[in-house]
Amino acid sequence: MEKYTEVRWHGRAQQGIVTAAKILGETALAAGKYVQAFPEFGPERMGAPVRSYNRLSDEPIRVHCSVTSPNVVIIVDITLIAVLEADKALPSTTSGTDGDAVFMVNTNHSAERLRGELGVADSVKVFTLDASQISLDTIGRQMPNTPMLGALAKATGLVELDGLIENFKASYSKKYDEKVIAGNIEAMKRGFAELKGE
Amino acid sequence: MSAALKQKKVGLTGNSAVAYAMMQIDPDVVPAYPITPSTTIIEEFSSYHADGKVTGELITVESEHSAMSASVGAAAAGARVMTATSAQGLALMWEVLYIASGMRLPIIMPIVNRALSAPINIHCDHSDSMGARDSGWIQLYAETVQEAYDNTIMAVRIAEESDVLLPIMSCQDGFITSHAIECLELIEDKDVKDFVGEYVPKDTLLDVDNPVTMGAMALPEFYMEFKRDQSNAMTRAKDAVSKISAEFAETFGREYGLFESYKLDDADVAIVVLSSAAGTTKVAIDKLRAEGKKVGLLRPRLYRPWPHAEIAEALKNVKVVCVLDRADSMNDFGGPLFGDVRSALFDLDTAPKVFGRIFGLGGRDYKVVDAEGVIGELYKVLETGKIEQLNRYITI
Repeated sequence: MEKYTEVRWHGRAQQGIVTAAKILGETALAAGKYVQAFPEFGPERMGAPVRSYNRLSDEPIRVHCSVTSPNVVIIVDITLIAVLEADKALPSTTSGTDGDAVFMVNTNHSAERLRGELGVADSVKVFTLDASQISLDTIGRQMPNTPMLGALAKATGLVELDGLIENFKASYSKKYDEKVIAGNIEAMKRGFAELKGE
Repeated sequence: MSAALKQKKVGLTGNSAVAYAMMQIDPDVVPAYPITPSTTIIEEFSSYHADGKVTGELITVESEHSAMSASVGAAAAGARVMTATSAQGLALMWEVLYIASGMRLPIIMPIVNRALSAPINIHCDHSDSMGARDSGWIQLYAETVQEAYDNTIMAVRIAEESDVLLPIMSCQDGFITSHAIECLELIEDKDVKDFVGEYVPKDTLLDVDNPVTMGAMALPEFYMEFKRDQSNAMTRAKDAVSKISAEFAETFGREYGLFESYKLDDADVAIVVLSSAAGTTKVAIDKLRAEGKKVGLLRPRLYRPWPHAEIAEALKNVKVVCVLDRADSMNDFGGPLFGDVRSALFDLDTAPKVFGRIFGLGGRDYKVVDAEGVIGELYKVLETGKIEQLNRYITI
């Protein structure tokens, strides 16, 4: 079987998780990995629950199906834990994960409390980051994706923080002004530094 | 083989890669009407146009029927023409598709495969392009983003080959590859331009020194001769695909055939499937090969014309074949690919047993475990010698 790390992002439309998966994929590619980054499209309305995915590997990736057994789950909107648990049509945030999984949640609550809310085994790693507050401080609005990317570099080592920053500068310097670029880079750095977990 | 020309490794979605190829090809005319999931091809090409990176005309028309009509007009005038579409958009082009092929206009059209309504669905299956399989267009199907990019470039040459002159659809799977970022190598702009060359049409409406009539009426005295010529051109298109794919491999280092064979040489059982599902199937094959099961795969890349003799040769030693269709012909017999594969194998002295399964309609996920299930069914037929159900739906 193919060997790869699979990442599932949970968010709501307009919270930037499609962009986050893109930045993660491109950063890993620049570091020599084979990658996939793809969204799961549903109704296109602001606030709808959405998912995006990454596969990262040292070998070419051949599968073309959705990620159902993620190694890393990133939840950028904490309300989705309960919403998806109640919605039988969509996978829950813990769906398909095993005892070696890594969870990262955007919240100002403790990792210990989140472990309880998620209901995961002791062997599962749970990290938290107040990504919403960081983005308010650095970008001036709720955009939790870039702080979570910085935190991901710290928690998993799948990519380097510097690589993420380089990719963001290269990809978005034409699209956004300097202030927005600097804010997002600061958000990544703070995400890397302020990640809490067990 | 000569050393492949320098290329740049990047991560792009299938649609971005195809739009990039279109920018590099820089066709004379692109009549466009966007539709999900092919929209971003036209969106990004429009940006290249607005930024002055292409020199051709972009015509924003009011429907897909108009997009194909404008394509026919521009191609008849001698232009190299590209457009792109999906699903209902392709369906709305219907009558004009036959005019494009009947007039022998080498229009190049990337297709991003999507289910047809009803019910309304934006996700992948092959019901759109399968419906156009008898429209006289050449059809290529891509497994990966890299192949979607490479096929777009090769499609130009195949369509414009002097003894072919037929329109071509270059298909990829909606969302699964069109919206997924994968690693691929991009060819330098100049090398793409050198490979596709300049289009020199044989007959054009604007060549006043050599006036021709195109799209004229042909009643019973002549209509059939036109169709026979068109049919013969479709036969020759197969060799054009082989020739141009070989030249592409020589130049850029990536090899493509009429179809891809994966671990078929010693296979007892095999799956035949198009496009992105082949990759997932290969992973299942590797897994079951490790358990001693002799499984292989055949992935047609060229579907129209249908390389029936070559496919029969490739499958002649296999004992049981399952054909996976991502479209249903709604005929109480099986999907389009099933019918074509089974028919191609009919004249073999020891033809394999062949059954069909319909999968993945409207974007339903096809996973490694689904492919393993098919292999389990293949082995059951191998062991019992009996096909219990000739066709049925899976992934349901």
